[in-house]
Amino acid sequence: MSRISNCFEQLEAQNKKALIPYVVAGDPVPDVTVKVMHKMVEMGADLIELGVPFSEPEAEGAVIQVAHERALEHNVSLRDTIQMVADFRQNDKTTPVLLMGYINPIEKMGYEEFAKLAKAAGVDASLLVNVPPEEGVELEIALRKQDIDTIYLVAPTTTDTRAAYLCAKSTGFIYYVSLKGTTGASTINMDEVETRFNHLKQFTKIPMVVGFGIKDGASAARVAEFADGSVVGSAIVQIFADNKDKPDIIVESVGALISEMRTAMDLVSVG
Amino acid sequence: MGKPIGDNTEVSTMPTVDGRYGIYGGRYVSEVLIAALDELRDSYSRLKSDPDFVAEIERDLRNYVGRESPLYFAERLTREMGGARILLKREDLNHTGAHKINNCIGQALLAKYMGKPRVIAETGAGQHGVASATVAARFGLKCRVYMGSDDIARQSLNVYRMKLLGAEVVPVTTGSRTLKDALSEAMRDWVANVDDTYYIIGTVAGPHPYPMIVRDFQSVIGKETKKQCLADYNQLPDAIVACVGGGSNAMGIFHPFLQDEEVRLIGVEPAGKGIETGMHAAPLSKGQVGVLHGNKTYLMQDENGQILPTHSISAGLDYPGVGPEHSWLKDIKRAEYVSVTDEQALHAFRQLNLLEGILPALETAHALSYGAELASKMGKDEIVVINLSGRGDKDIPTMAKIDGISIS
Repeated sequence: MSRISNCFEQLEAQNKKALIPYVVAGDPVPDVTVKVMHKMVEMGADLIELGVPFSEPEAEGAVIQVAHERALEHNVSLRDTIQMVADFRQNDKTTPVLLMGYINPIEKMGYEEFAKLAKAAGVDASLLVNVPPEEGVELEIALRKQDIDTIYLVAPTTTDTRAAYLCAKSTGFIYYVSLKGTTGASTINMDEVETRFNHLKQFTKIPMVVGFGIKDGASAARVAEFADGSVVGSAIVQIFADNKDKPDIIVESVGALISEMRTAMDLVSVG
Repeated sequence: MGKPIGDNTEVSTMPTVDGRYGIYGGRYVSEVLIAALDELRDSYSRLKSDPDFVAEIERDLRNYVGRESPLYFAERLTREMGGARILLKREDLNHTGAHKINNCIGQALLAKYMGKPRVIAETGAGQHGVASATVAARFGLKCRVYMGSDDIARQSLNVYRMKLLGAEVVPVTTGSRTLKDALSEAMRDWVANVDDTYYIIGTVAGPHPYPMIVRDFQSVIGKETKKQCLADYNQLPDAIVACVGGGSNAMGIFHPFLQDEEVRLIGVEPAGKGIETGMHAAPLSKGQVGVLHGNKTYLMQDENGQILPTHSISAGLDYPGVGPEHSWLKDIKRAEYVSVTDEQALHAFRQLNLLEGILPALETAHALSYGAELASKMGKDEIVVINLSGRGDKDIPTMAKIDGISIS
């Protein structure tokens, strides 16, 4: 069984929901990333989304854009990002790691090469923001050969017909983008998200998680009431921005936020 | 009258239904935008043969933009170069001073017919921003224009002009603070406001159907050129030369000639300080295939697939990508792509002022430079058409600075 399926199965057995933090590889300096990843797992993260730095992060809000820029100051590449996963795997064989980013660095590397390196490093899934399934056919084949999952986004603007198609194309889990807008946008109406989410659930049997707009323990817990997991991005990346010259503080503060979210989510789902 | 927009089925079968030009193009966007792109594709597909829509565009092109634009024989420039007859397609005489308005009229009407009260646009030199702000005023739409903060500094006249037109100009301070960053920011706005907002892309790039829509609206340039050249000289041009940033003026004049294989089509990219210096913006001359801003195309990128900073004296050409149809035309060798340095463009800029009394945009000066040189090597009975895509009033501060003259 894949690490991702295993992870969701265990969570279900414990009646818990997945906490999925997002960090950008190499932000603000390359040697922090693996430390932060371990710390997040220690404090209760279930899966990790590792952002691959890209010079034109089109779908990101200001907080995450700047994180990409910080990583690129150190020229952190797709190859470096994959190496960080390999380093992480030295001491963690179970926590799923998915790479999230944009297609161009993979186009440059070549699909086969990417899939092979990612597999060898212990990457579990790929989520490319600017690749809908129509544009991802060949990459999907290369990834499937290496048993790497391909995760697609479902948006609030997605029609039912298309949602069914996206659900059928996704493996591992499905990522529901909770709001129209870039990452870190401020307004989110949780009741609306819940209604739409429950409607979409009919199209799939694999887990569906919610991302965009989850900022703190309260919002993570609210999402845990109905979704299979909460993705937290900008709220975590903001800690990197606030402490970019103090890597040790980043590790501790991110750990503290994860811990707060874990506690809040567990109160809801178990209680 | 009444012929569907962009009806050139006899000259091109591209794009395919999924928005491909060979391997180029496509729709590489976040899922949030898919519904909007579907809506746009379907609306355009319906409206381009709607007689009311077509008539409204034709009326505005005539009475508001001032079409058709002249095909002017540049007699003194021709004599100076001593070769082929040089004709200038005078898009600089359009309302707002460039070809950009052709596309903006079409897209603003699309927005109106689609019931979108708000439009957004990105701009480099400010020409597309001005054209967008203009049509927004003309049709009573709210308008916001994204512009890199570096470009705002070098194109202050156009910035103020957009404000006079009632548009909000938003400086973009991320990345290299130029056109590519403005485009990314406009896409972010669209993602967030997709219900009530129409995104007027200014060039033949972006996700499908944009490269097709912009090409169709700009192809009026090539259709007129063909008609005028046949009427006045009883022959087709031997070569057509146009500058290429994203490539909309070039695609507009090339497209109706794609099947006239005896007509050479030449796109001129900005070589900046010289291709060999790396300080240029010429992905077709020295780039590699990749994906940016919704489409697969030639890009300026490094070995890790990061987009490289670009350089050109003209803000309107300062872009690391190019429209996907140009990439395809390059590969199938139907069009040729060359490059011209800042210095060569500056020479052509001055030359046209002195010989013809025409102030060209710095973007256009790239095409003029190559076109004039080309003409000098051709026979006197041959014809070179240069697309005079825009006028250079906006570039006067830049030129004055180069000449060490202070103007206030």
